Amino acid sequence: MKLAGIFLTAILTENFILCKFLGICPFLGVSKKLNTAAGMSVAVIFVMALATAVTYPINKYLLEKNGLEYLQTIVFILVIAALVQFVEIVLKKFIPSLYSALGIYLPLITTNCAVLGVVLLNVDNGYGFASSMINSIGGGAGFMVAMIMFAGVRERLEGCDIPKALKGLPITLIAASLVSLSFQGFAGVVDGIFG
Amino acid sequence: MAENKSLGKEFSKGIIKENPVLRLVLGTCPTLAVSVSVTNSIGMGIAATLVLVCSNVVISALRKVIPSKIRIPAYIVVIASFVTIVQMLVKAFVPALNDALGVYLPLIVVNCIILGRAEAFAGKNSIPASFLDGLGMGIGFTFALIVMATIREIIGAGTFLEGIDSLTKLFGVTGFTGFHILSQPVAMLTMAPGGFLVFGLVMAAANKLAERSGKPKAELGGCSACPMAASCAILNKGESCEAPAEKAQESKEGSAV
Repeated sequence: MKLAGIFLTAILTENFILCKFLGICPFLGVSKKLNTAAGMSVAVIFVMALATAVTYPINKYLLEKNGLEYLQTIVFILVIAALVQFVEIVLKKFIPSLYSALGIYLPLITTNCAVLGVVLLNVDNGYGFASSMINSIGGGAGFMVAMIMFAGVRERLEGCDIPKALKGLPITLIAASLVSLSFQGFAGVVDGIFG
Repeated sequence: MAENKSLGKEFSKGIIKENPVLRLVLGTCPTLAVSVSVTNSIGMGIAATLVLVCSNVVISALRKVIPSKIRIPAYIVVIASFVTIVQMLVKAFVPALNDALGVYLPLIVVNCIILGRAEAFAGKNSIPASFLDGLGMGIGFTFALIVMATIREIIGAGTFLEGIDSLTKLFGVTGFTGFHILSQPVAMLTMAPGGFLVFGLVMAAANKLAERSGKPKAELGGCSACPMAASCAILNKGESCEAPAEKAQESKEGSAV
């Protein structure tokens, strides 16, 4: 029950993009077409889960055991960067079909703040391994929900008659504001179900 | 003399003309998240500027030593080290700010402004120029944060400079804890939707001002500004992050005018 609560919270009430402002760059940059948005999101879920699975034991058995918590930022970002590079090489060599679907998004994800953010938040919240994994996958799924919804909104914006100064990025941000407003409606829902 | 003039330019360009947030559209995540209060914005601005200046100087000093193939990981190590130092300083001297910024303080590591400047400027230019570039960009970032935070804090929370004494305390000034302006604020502006809304409107205003002085408006996916441009396969495939359709449409409009 607790895990289901964490999962739903990560998708709805604490959505990474719309409530926590993590991963705004791909949200604005790659959300223009539905298939790119979906590909990027799947890659993010994959990397988030993998990054959590790798950094959790490193933090628990290496850093915390030796009192080196202050090195978390630097260790996590290096591990994530190396991991993404490694996954890219492995996919290219052994699973070319998956590589052609996800591979192009991988380098972009290295410096995505959502991935480092989820790892740091797991530590801050004091989650165990199962909770951390669920939080990461839920966070990635929330990222996907927001990306795909927003891709739909942007497709509708294409043909609109927009004042000149608002064209391009400003209207996109205002549309994001409305999508985010609708997500505010989920506040309290998860507590209501599992509370 | 000419040297001095160009150095001055490196400094001043980051503040208005190439403002990292409003013109280059970098560092949007911390901008949206932190601009809830002016105090947090000033704190975040100072922290990011410190990291930016130090990493720019070190990367510029090492630019001939770092092999270009592994430059991005090398830059990340330099930046992460300075972020860790700043994190420790903030925790020790301004714990209230550390609590307010939370996870966004360590996330300065992945702030695209810093990696972007390392890749676009510090990796190619001399140490004094990189120092001034970092300082200018940092001040530009802080300036954009303060503009957004002023709007959001006054309308959304009804206060201005609330909690500033946690910063002024460092300089021995205490007692001033900010103004109280509105008694019935519009709380939505301090929440997530307000962040997107105010950012959109501020950017529209910046575009309007830029248009008046004949500059092109801010474009997202200024792919050249993106630190990952070299390894970005979307770009290598010949597509830009922005769909080509919009560019075609815009050029059509341009010719119609």
